[in-house]
Formats: sequence, structure tokens, C-alpha cells
Amino acid sequence: MDFNDTAEEAEFRAEAQAFLSQHLNAKTPGALRSGGREDFLARAKAWQKTKAEGGFAQITWPKEMGGRGGTVMQQVIWGQEEAKFDAPTGPFAIGLGMCVPTVIAFGSDEHKKRYVQKALMGEEVWCQLFSEPAAGSDVAGLKTKAVKDGDEWVINGQKVWTSGAHYSDFGILLVRTDPNVPKHKGLTMFIVDMKQQGVDVRPIHQASGGSEFNEVYFTDVRIPDSDRLGEPGMGWKVALVTLMNERLAVGGSPGPDWKEIMDYARSAGTLSDQAFRAKLADWYVAAQGYKLTKFRTQTALSRGETPGPENAIGKIINANHLQDICNSAIEMQDHFGLIVDKDEAPSDAIFQESFMWAPGLRIAGGTDEILKNIIAERVLGLPQDVRVDKDKTFAEMN
Amino acid sequence: MNFDFSDDQKFLRDEARKFLEAQCTSAHVREVLDDDSKSHNEGVWKQIIEMGWLGAAIPEEYGGLGLGMLELCVIAEELGRVLAPVPFGSSAYFFAEALKLAGSEDQKQALLPKVADGSLVGCIAISEGPGEIKAGNIATRLKDGSITGKKIPVTDGDIASHAIVLVKDGSGESLVIVDLNESGVSREPIKTLEPTRSHATISFDGAKAELLGEAGNGMALLDQINDRAAVLIAFEQLGGASRCLEMANAYAKERVAFGRAIGGNQAIKHKLADMYVKNEVARSNAYYGAWALSSNAAELPEAAAAARVAASEAFWFASKENIQTHGGMGFTWEVDCHLFYRRAKLLSVQAGSPAVWKEKLVSALEAKND
Repeated sequence: MDFNDTAEEAEFRAEAQAFLSQHLNAKTPGALRSGGREDFLARAKAWQKTKAEGGFAQITWPKEMGGRGGTVMQQVIWGQEEAKFDAPTGPFAIGLGMCVPTVIAFGSDEHKKRYVQKALMGEEVWCQLFSEPAAGSDVAGLKTKAVKDGDEWVINGQKVWTSGAHYSDFGILLVRTDPNVPKHKGLTMFIVDMKQQGVDVRPIHQASGGSEFNEVYFTDVRIPDSDRLGEPGMGWKVALVTLMNERLAVGGSPGPDWKEIMDYARSAGTLSDQAFRAKLADWYVAAQGYKLTKFRTQTALSRGETPGPENAIGKIINANHLQDICNSAIEMQDHFGLIVDKDEAPSDAIFQESFMWAPGLRIAGGTDEILKNIIAERVLGLPQDVRVDKDKTFAEMN
Repeated sequence: MNFDFSDDQKFLRDEARKFLEAQCTSAHVREVLDDDSKSHNEGVWKQIIEMGWLGAAIPEEYGGLGLGMLELCVIAEELGRVLAPVPFGSSAYFFAEALKLAGSEDQKQALLPKVADGSLVGCIAISEGPGEIKAGNIATRLKDGSITGKKIPVTDGDIASHAIVLVKDGSGESLVIVDLNESGVSREPIKTLEPTRSHATISFDGAKAELLGEAGNGMALLDQINDRAAVLIAFEQLGGASRCLEMANAYAKERVAFGRAIGGNQAIKHKLADMYVKNEVARSNAYYGAWALSSNAAELPEAAAAARVAASEAFWFASKENIQTHGGMGFTWEVDCHLFYRRAKLLSVQAGSPAVWKEKLVSALEAKND
């Protein structure tokens, strides 16, 4: 039992550190987002190009796809090191982590030639168009439809919660092509050009005040049949591959944790409160538990095993505790805790900001309830929830 | 990165599990539960002694197997899974570790081989009344090499032949070793929430005592002993918590209500998922404690505290929700759920309650940050 890298891992880590410190600045709070959204996207594209040219983009991808042909463990190490720097990676996480791997798995040779390299070099950004207003946790219940017209498909409908749709060039789009079969069987996946006519992207004004997500409306959008991924009706299977890749994505810290609130309590003179100290211990133990669980996962990965459901554990713990920590910090500030003005509020208002962001974290990427179902069904082997629409056609149910 | 037990340690775990599942069944535990005159299961205890587990972490020069602390952690988890009704922890986690930590060469040579071969059962006697044990509220006195006072409750106090006792003397608090079979010692069994592990009141009236470590260093030494024992107890708790989840899971799949297995209902699924999350948090923290213990890391105090807090929460939650999942059956004497519920409580207050450990944890984090 030890926390040290093997010789090979240490060598790769050193190489990654050298590359990162040559091209990026060490992390300073707030630095990444200064300069506005356009500037951020430009910097993200430039960093992606640098990474690709240096051989550090998509470490586990095969070399013929422009990857490094490396191990999952190397990907984890890269993620750990990159997180220490001001690396603008956000805009590419979904495209390179989920969409393009789906194109590689199900696309034609032409698709791979046309899309993979440009995405890898940061020239084109991708988004994922699955969720709909009436199909959140139950994605397969989606209604956006595609009707075949000669060599093309005509798309009509609405998607929602699409991260980055406003700056994306392409998307992978899951739609219903046959309503007369059960819901999972009538879906088909397409590549869609986000800049074409009939695609209307509208930012969603979130409860937190920001607008990271969008609604996307499709009105008579035409997609050539050659941009289909997988056979018609096989879309659910294709989507599962996309979603499985989501599990490998290495997430960063969602906001202030036990350390920030401990520092704040010390400065505010409330660290001696017994009730607070007991809560602080619980937050530390949970955060430490998640961090150490990731170490156990890395050990499994380094032996060539596949990752388990630990990301589900992390999301359940972290999102809840973030909400709890922010709530406590605000209450500690009493009436003053309402202030969100960064110049007035303690700790640059990070507790207030995250307080409003936390509810979304408990929903995005699977609600707490769905994640608990995943643990119960896939890890503990308990029976699946009752699904009354399983054997009925989509049309019958709607 | 290798944050896992080695293949040899996993082999030990598999062998221990096989042995205990066959030789330490619920029927063996219930022999002690149902018979007030039994303090432990002698058959199980004898076999454990024969396998040398008591000496797993005792160096070979003192008659042990000289394996290491990680091996002892592995054994502890397996003993926790079967609720072993034996005085293993008192002897191996507390008594032997205290001697290894603070014993003189003479004391180690005289006592450790006997712990390892099971001819001596050790225990630790510190509690005198409700609440946290603090410097200044110890009434048991050491004077001219003998002690007077009363300790209650002492886990395994009626089985043990030797005790480490926390006493007050001229220089503050000290730890002493007492031979419980000598004159001036009387003991009475005392009923507790957990009848499968024996407890006693021990009264000392001029009993002969020998200093363990330096005089006046008792509280500091006790802290160190508890840090070590905490990690080992956390593994026992983890074993118990894992078994509770397995029991609840099996029952939820088998028990049918309203035409389907109750485990198909989200209320049950989410309860079991919560158990799983708490158990994983406890497991990861326990591993970290094991690493700190086995490598004598400076992080041991906070690692032990985190392991202990996480494991206490996991076992408590799993043991109570296991009963709830079993419904009325879970509240019967015949079903084992209450045995785990009882053991969970014993282990969470032995060596300090969760509140004590949470405070130790936060103090350690504060000190680190200054």
C-alpha cells in the first residue's frame, strides 16, 4: 500500500509537468474566466491545439486517430497535473470526451477523416443533443422526430440543457425515427451541423443567474442519410456508448469544500463552535473518502481493470455537501450572508455563488435519485424500477 | 499508486473468511448471547489462537508471526464480519500495541510472547463514569507501586489476566500494567447492550502495578494507543457494515410484497444505495488509516480519526437500516440483525465516541493548518 507512482508513471508525470509548465500558468483563482466568454473560447481552442501538437490530447486514443496510444492511468495522471494549471479545457470536454468517441465507434471512414482531426486540433467544437423538456432522466422518452425524405432526414423538435450549443460547430443528435415500436427501439443517432439553417440556439437563464445551457430548436432541419451514426432504430445503443464514455471523464472540484469553510470560520472567529466542528469533521471525512476512493479506482485502472460506479458516489456526496457547506457559511454570516457583491461579501462571495449553483449540480449528469438507482441496480443487483412503457409502442404511450 | 492490499494480504483475507464462515457462525455467536455464564466462545477462541492471529503484528523476536499491521487490519475486518465473540481486540489491538509502543524491553519479553500464544489475555481499563475520559477526572490512584479505584466497564475485563490501567499519581496521569490474578483485584461481570462481548467492573484495592512508559505521560500515551486501536476497530466496523448491507440486499431481493421483491421499490433501493456510499467512504478512510498505521506516518492521528468517524457512521447506519429493511422479522430475537446493531454500538463507543473522534480530527486539521 503506497501512494507513489511506479517508475513508468513517474516518468510520464514528469513529462506532463514539464509540458504544462512550459505552456500554462499555475492556477490562480478567477484568472481563467477573466476576459469574457469569447476570449475564453479562443484560449481554449489555442490550448487544445498546443496539447494535440505536443501529443497530450486524448491520451488513450490510438495514434492513427491522433491520440497518444497511452493508458487510462496516463490519462488520469494528465488530468491530475492539468488541473494544477489554468487550463481552459471546458469547451472540449463533451466533444472529445463523449461525442467524437461515438463518431469513431459508429461513423464511416469519411466521418473519421472529416471530423476527428479538426476536433482534436481545437478547430471545431461539439455538443451533445440528447435531453428534451419531457425527457430528462428518461432520455429514451424523447420526442424530436426525424422523417426520411429521399436521401435526407427532416428534423423537427426541441432539445434542452445543451451545454455549449451556442459555440458548437457540430453535435450528435438523438431523435425518434419510428414511434410505432417501444421507445428504446425507435431512436436513431445523427451528426448535425449546428450552423445550418433551421437550428435555433437559445440560452437558458438559470436560477443561478448564469447561462451555461441552451434550448435548441430544430425546424425542418435536413440531415443527409450519410450522417447517420449506426443503423436506424439503433440510436439507444449508440447513445449508451456516449454515456459510458462520460464515466471516464475526470471531474474537478465543484466549489468550496471543508478547507474553505474552515478557513472562513477561523477568520470569522466561529471555528470554536462545537456543532460546527462536528459538521466540519463529517465534511472532511466524506471529501477524503471520495478522494481516497479515486485512489482505489486508479489502482484498479493501473492493473487494467475497468472503472466502477465511484463517480456516482462522488456526485452524490460532493453536490450535497457543497450545498450544505455553502448554507452553513451563509448562516455563519447571519443577515450579512445575503450579500452577493464580491467587494462586500466574505471570500469573494464564493459561498453565495456556489449556494445558487449547487441545486443544479445535484441534477446535471443524473439526479441524486437516478444515481442511487444506478448504484442499487448495477452494483447491488436490485430489481429495476417498474417501467410501464416497456412493452408498448411510443405512439401508444403518447 | 497502489492503494490496495497485496495479493498475499488478500490471500490471508480469503483464508480467514473461509475459516470464520465455517467455524464462527451465528450459532457460535448465539451460544454466548443465550448463556449468561459464557464470556466468550472458547472453541472459536482456541482455534484463533492456534492460527497465530494474535501474533500477526507482533515481531518474531517476541514470539509473534512478524507479519505487520496491514495483516492485522485484514484479520480485524474478517472478525468484524462474523461478530467474533472473542477477546481478540482487547488483547491484540490495545494490550499488545500498548506494549509495543511504550513497554520496556523486559516487559515486552515477558508479556508479548504470551499474548501471541494466547496464554495471556490483555485488556485496557480506562472508563470510570459517563462521558469522555479526560485528564483530571481520573479517580483511580497509584501510590507506592499499587493502585486503588474502580474501572467500569472494562471490555473483556472478566476474561483478561492482565490490564493496562489509567491512573492518577503525583506527576499527573500514568498508565500501569496490572496482573489481574494477583491480590487486591476483584471483578464483577456487568450487563451491557452487547452480551456477545463480555464486560466487567474491576475494583482495585492496593493491587500491585507496574508503570507502562513514563510516569505522568498517561494521557499522551493513551492517545497514541487509541490512534492505533482506532484503525483496527474501524476495520472491524467495516466488516460488520459490509455484512449488514449484504444481509439487507439479500432480503430485499427475496422478500415479496405487493406482488414484487421489496428491493424493486426506490425507498428500499435508495436506502441500500446510501448504505453502499457510506460503506465505501468508510472503506477508503480505513485503508488510509491502515497505510498510516503500517508506515508510521505523521498523518496517523487524522487518518485514524477519519477512519473511525467514517466507520462508526457506516456501521451505525447499516445496522439500523438493516433492521428496517427486514421489517418485523428484523426486530425478532431469532434474526441476526440485532446482533449487528448491538456490536455497532459497542465498537462506536469503545476507545472514544464519534463525537470525541470528530473533535480529535478537527483539532488535528487545525494544528496542521497553523
